[in-house]
Amino acid sequence: MTATVPPGPRTLPPLGPNRRLKLPQQAERTLGNGLTVIAVRRPAVPLVELRLWVPFGRVHLARGAMLSQTLLSGTPTMTSVQIAAELQKVGGGLAAGLDPDRLMLTGTSLVTGLDRMLEILAEVLTGATYPKEEVATERDRLVDRIQVAQSQPAHLARVALLKRIFGRHPYAVQTPETDEVRAVRPGVLRRLHTERVHPADSVLVLVGDVQPERALDATEKALGGWAGAGRTVDLPPAPPLEPGPLLLVDRPGSVQSSLRVAMPAVPRTHSDHAALQLANLIFGGYFSSRWVENIREDKGYTYGPHSLIEHAVAGSVLVAAAEVATEVTGPALLETTYELGRLASLPPKEDELEQARQYALGTLQLGMSTQAGLAALVSAYAGNGLRLDFLAEHAARLAKATVADVAEAAARYLAPAKAVTVVLGDAERIAPSLAALTAVETA
Amino acid sequence: MAARRSRIPATKYPVERFTLDNGLRVVLTPDRSAPVIGVAVVYDVGIRSEPEGRTGFAHLFEHLMFQGSENLEKLAHFRHVQGAGGTFNGSTHLDYTDYFETLPSNALERALFLEADRMRGPRLTEENLRNQVDVVKEEIRVNVLNRPYGGFPWLTLPPVMFDTFPNAHDGYGSFDDLESATVADAADFFRRYYASGNAVLAVSGDIDVAEATTLIERHFGDVPARPAPQRPDFTEPDLTAERRTSYTDKLAPLPAVAGAWRVPDPITDFIGYLPYVVLAEVLTDGDASRLVERLVQRDRTVTSLGGYLGFMGDPFDVRDPTALLLQAHLPPGGDVDKVLRTIDEELDRLATDGLTEGELARTQARMATHLLRDTDAVLGRALRMAVLEQQRGEPGLLNDLPRLVGEVTEEQVRAAAATIRPERRASIEVIAGGAK
Repeated sequence: MTATVPPGPRTLPPLGPNRRLKLPQQAERTLGNGLTVIAVRRPAVPLVELRLWVPFGRVHLARGAMLSQTLLSGTPTMTSVQIAAELQKVGGGLAAGLDPDRLMLTGTSLVTGLDRMLEILAEVLTGATYPKEEVATERDRLVDRIQVAQSQPAHLARVALLKRIFGRHPYAVQTPETDEVRAVRPGVLRRLHTERVHPADSVLVLVGDVQPERALDATEKALGGWAGAGRTVDLPPAPPLEPGPLLLVDRPGSVQSSLRVAMPAVPRTHSDHAALQLANLIFGGYFSSRWVENIREDKGYTYGPHSLIEHAVAGSVLVAAAEVATEVTGPALLETTYELGRLASLPPKEDELEQARQYALGTLQLGMSTQAGLAALVSAYAGNGLRLDFLAEHAARLAKATVADVAEAAARYLAPAKAVTVVLGDAERIAPSLAALTAVETA
Repeated sequence: MAARRSRIPATKYPVERFTLDNGLRVVLTPDRSAPVIGVAVVYDVGIRSEPEGRTGFAHLFEHLMFQGSENLEKLAHFRHVQGAGGTFNGSTHLDYTDYFETLPSNALERALFLEADRMRGPRLTEENLRNQVDVVKEEIRVNVLNRPYGGFPWLTLPPVMFDTFPNAHDGYGSFDDLESATVADAADFFRRYYASGNAVLAVSGDIDVAEATTLIERHFGDVPARPAPQRPDFTEPDLTAERRTSYTDKLAPLPAVAGAWRVPDPITDFIGYLPYVVLAEVLTDGDASRLVERLVQRDRTVTSLGGYLGFMGDPFDVRDPTALLLQAHLPPGGDVDKVLRTIDEELDRLATDGLTEGELARTQARMATHLLRDTDAVLGRALRMAVLEQQRGEPGLLNDLPRLVGEVTEEQVRAAAATIRPERRASIEVIAGGAK
């Protein structure tokens, strides 16, 4: 064997020069009906990814959820089984999902099947029939799924947190009541479709082994006839966080507590965003963060703590989440408050910032390196009025942020005094230790 | 016009293989379309190899491989990977344990250094062991104990189907066994299984083969040579009579059921095995599949349904014995017997009447999309090729999978369906203890 390293202490090899961020070839067109189409070339595998973002703010929750469950259930010429089978023939599939901002249609197919997938998409968008039988079936299934969700601690903690953060804003409740779901009828869905599933303000993203201009032509041919000019609805801005007592939600017998700490955040375009992103990484946004090294690698309180800035159209929020053993719930909150307070009060070390910066920049490259990752990114950006070139701008801001910038962002956004905290767990067992640390109110 | 088949496309990722003098096998698969790399090291040891009285040990040991190594303090591994802009993880399977990173390609040498360092030896200390036992217990609470359907069916069905400890036991481990683990156990486990001769290194993505080869020789060349241990025989006979159990999940709001049937050896009888992989998709992939159409849409006896190969959903990285699994959640008060009877009936119909026009071809086209999508991620290629090298000596099989799946015939799928009989079935029912 040639040229091996001599025995003895070995030193970490340095990194090679940073690779420049290269944006892929893309094209964009707004069709006559108002639909924005963005096509991006990434030919790695012979597939194409499709994302259609239809603004869907302030839609009646149960009706919106049922519409997304049954949008692909039938058209004048096809049953749900035929829609699925026709898509399968080209290696394709479509699925619909909902959040408080948008209805999202997601698809993947062999690239040779793009035209066919677009044709079927057009037929669904212009002619979904919401057949009575299928609506009845999907209604029951949605009720079942909600019941399963309600048995999961992460979901229950999320429900309580959203309510606590957003109060009367439409973001406050994101899961419909089962009774509301049971009341949804096909006629209501057809009306909602006519009113809200329209091309103006919608954005279709195609990413894959395509020639961007040709993909735009194909989309124009298939979806040019999608008409309808229903209402556009704007969401009110999300309210500011209102700190208050820790909200304790009882889940008797729970062997873990779900700890959630929400803090204020800013949208992607805000001048503080890059510094806040770095501050969040240093706090708890990646494995090599203070919080994870403390409560997992030092104390063993938890398995997968993480802290994330969640962006939505009407506002952003930072949420730190951990499932901790019931008996260490108080101590875990103590360490969480300590790490937040430490970063809000004292500047991070230079090398901590460099490590977080490299991670933020590197993961931008990783996120763009698959068709699916790129499609998700382009769609999320476009839904918030941004284009892929914003990525370069954001990278430049990450590269420039100083220790002082990050310290300032941490003081402004990560101060524990500004946090909204929700804990779901066995109240009888955890209330005393939480009450020793902060004011507690019970849900 | 007759039903036209979508032509099944293929990838052409190049594959370079070599073996270092210490027995470490290496697979390189360059692709310079994005400035990222995937690095995977796979050791030929998994849940099936852990000793009795030490359930969960393979997974616990995986955690210990992140706790510092010959030249690296605790926490250093994480910091060096993420500080290079990368992500990392590891996972423990029935037949192997993997360690991997995705990184910008300027971090290639760093990643090789990190993997070589822990292949020479992790720092096994009492303090790190106790800390990671705590972390693993929280992992088990999150994924199994504190949620409905925890461990269903991947932990709950093997003991119904299998009789021997390696195949039947709980791979996450009991808290008692985890707490009994010692540093000496870990040192033994490392010596025995984490041998250079028992490992495969795969690097994918933005690499130059010659440069990567030099760097691999530099960092791994002097990892002490240790041979692979003899792999025990884990075979068990097929079932000759139905096995069925049930348990109450106090958190579960809906009943559920899973059934498993033994399938041919995925390694020695790959051609016999592939039709089962296709069959699972014919039965359960999407609204146009057999069982979804029948059970979910028509009968409404089931609210969600899945079908796949391998207890961990791993069709192409598991050895014999393994199984085809079907699992379903039922509406409140649903009748599990009726669901199982309908599944039997549908399989019988498939075996007797065959497939409908175009049914096989469209399923295969969709499978090709899924396979291609998995390989698009640079790490997906490294991991998959490392395991294909380890278990088959054939990393390039990754490129051929869409085509091989596409070559499965209707006759083969029918024959496979004919073997999915109730008398060969092991099943487990979840009684909804949390039903409202």
